[in-house]
Amino acid sequence: MGLDIRWPIGIIFTLYGLILIVFGALTDAAIFERSLGVNIDLWWGVAMLVFGFFMGGLALRASRRNRP
Amino acid sequence: MHLTFVDYSIIVIYFAFVLGIGFALRGRMKTSEDFFLSGRSIPGWITGLAFMSANLGALEVMGHAANAAKYGMFVNHFYWLGAMPAMCFVGVFMMPFYYGSKARSVPEFLKLRYNEKTRTLNAFSFAVLTLLVSGIDLYAMAILFQRMLNWPFWSSVVASAAVVAIYIYLGGLTSSIYNEVLQFFLIVFGFLPLAILGLKEVGGFAGLERSLPNPGYAHTWANIWDPSQNPMGINWVGTIFGLGFVLSFGYWCTDFLVVQRAMAAKDMPAAQRTPLIAAVPKMFFPLLIILPGLVAISLDPSLTKFLDGRYDNAIPALLGRYYPSGLLGIGLTALLASFMSGMAGNVTAFNTVWTYDIYQTHINPGKSESHYLKMGRLATVFAVAVGIVTAFIVLKFTNLMDYLQLLFAFFNAPLFATFLLGMFWKRATPNAAFCGLLSGILGAAGHYTLYHYKVINYPSDMAANFYQAIYAFSICFLVTVVVSLFTAPKKDEELVGLVYALTPKPCTSHLPWYDRPGVLAIGILALCLVLNIIFW
Repeated sequence: MGLDIRWPIGIIFTLYGLILIVFGALTDAAIFERSLGVNIDLWWGVAMLVFGFFMGGLALRASRRNRP
Repeated sequence: MHLTFVDYSIIVIYFAFVLGIGFALRGRMKTSEDFFLSGRSIPGWITGLAFMSANLGALEVMGHAANAAKYGMFVNHFYWLGAMPAMCFVGVFMMPFYYGSKARSVPEFLKLRYNEKTRTLNAFSFAVLTLLVSGIDLYAMAILFQRMLNWPFWSSVVASAAVVAIYIYLGGLTSSIYNEVLQFFLIVFGFLPLAILGLKEVGGFAGLERSLPNPGYAHTWANIWDPSQNPMGINWVGTIFGLGFVLSFGYWCTDFLVVQRAMAAKDMPAAQRTPLIAAVPKMFFPLLIILPGLVAISLDPSLTKFLDGRYDNAIPALLGRYYPSGLLGIGLTALLASFMSGMAGNVTAFNTVWTYDIYQTHINPGKSESHYLKMGRLATVFAVAVGIVTAFIVLKFTNLMDYLQLLFAFFNAPLFATFLLGMFWKRATPNAAFCGLLSGILGAAGHYTLYHYKVINYPSDMAANFYQAIYAFSICFLVTVVVSLFTAPKKDEELVGLVYALTPKPCTSHLPWYDRPGVLAIGILALCLVLNIIFW
């Protein structure tokens, strides 16, 4: 197969995770009033980053298996 | 609600990725089968998630959240009573014929099983249905962005439709399917915080149950025996037979939009697993879609605080209420992704039916592969353009979800009877199928006219749709059976691989138990039963 879809998924989720984490960590906590006081950007960024790594890991494993 | 730089960046990254996937696949489109059927080469988990995602159009997401706010947990029936059994049925019993016959589309299967007339009737009605639905989806998305962000209606319609057109033009069905997998995960990650934050605000499930405007909203089944007590005002016959059987089976088993994804699978076990894999996330989608609808109505029971008098606002209003900059970009990307996956599903289904079942059959047969590939690309652009025009026409109508179910009740409901008889009764004859299908569609039209002019009445439009589906199905079924008894059937040898009794069963004994379609289907139905009992 020409393209393993897990690569783009892994990359975009990693990217989104990093953006949310950095933005959540650097932003004034006042904007999180609407999300019930939870720094949802930071936490959801971590969740998306983990998922991005997971997908990227699967893609990496598959590409290693195909080209030993 | 206003967007900041970070939200715009997230949306721009999303557009770059979906277009990038289209460009990456451009070189692989050599024949028309590559373009329309992905060369039948895709693993089951990918086609499964695409199967799920093609159904997750913007209208599905916002429409069912709105229905949940309006009718309560009763809407779970669309998932647990309707979709689950139908998806298991299509995977276990129907996929052997669809995939095994090597038909390239649903109408083409009708030609193999019956005749050219039946195929053409279905191809035309399906082409019209798909174009209308993609226009409605486009409209739903544009109106949302206009209301939330003040983006002008026409610019969001044209921009997002153009992106869909480009990635399908480049990479055909493969591009559509791959993007649908990406979009599936974005939809889940974009909407899940709504459910989490919503539950936190109302105080968990217990708090939600207390704050719902009507205690009946917290139950899926409890009020089914007494129509006056359930918010949709519909009795158990309409629910179980109309929604659970005719409408759901009609959609999941015969709508080429979803079936096409399974046909692209690399082999028979992968094709059979496609709807079964899709069923697992589908089962938990009420958490993502219905729960926010319930939260919205319990926080704003009079629709005056933030819903602005419209149930359709449930999801967008909650996005605006909870999501700070950053996450808001993710949420809007999820909305865009859901719109695009639905639109792409319609466009790929349309270009295939148009090229194979109408153009190649009636207009210009016997041309080269590259000619049909080119036609498929042209049809893609045409479908998107008509979708845009339809969106502007739909702008004049209201009540979109009812309109959509009405279209399904017209076209999918009778078709399911034609398939059921075709696959399981070898005596069903070609002429009977044509007469049955035509009278089913006309019957639906007649019923609609009577309802429209108030000759017959129902407690809600949704109830009318359920009954219309029942009538259309029954008329098609009866006419097909009666006419079959007076006309000549096809010979048995012609029906091998097309009718249950004459087709060797796919052998699954070499597969590990967890890969066998029957075992998966039983597991899914058992889990679904548990969910029904928990949320009784």
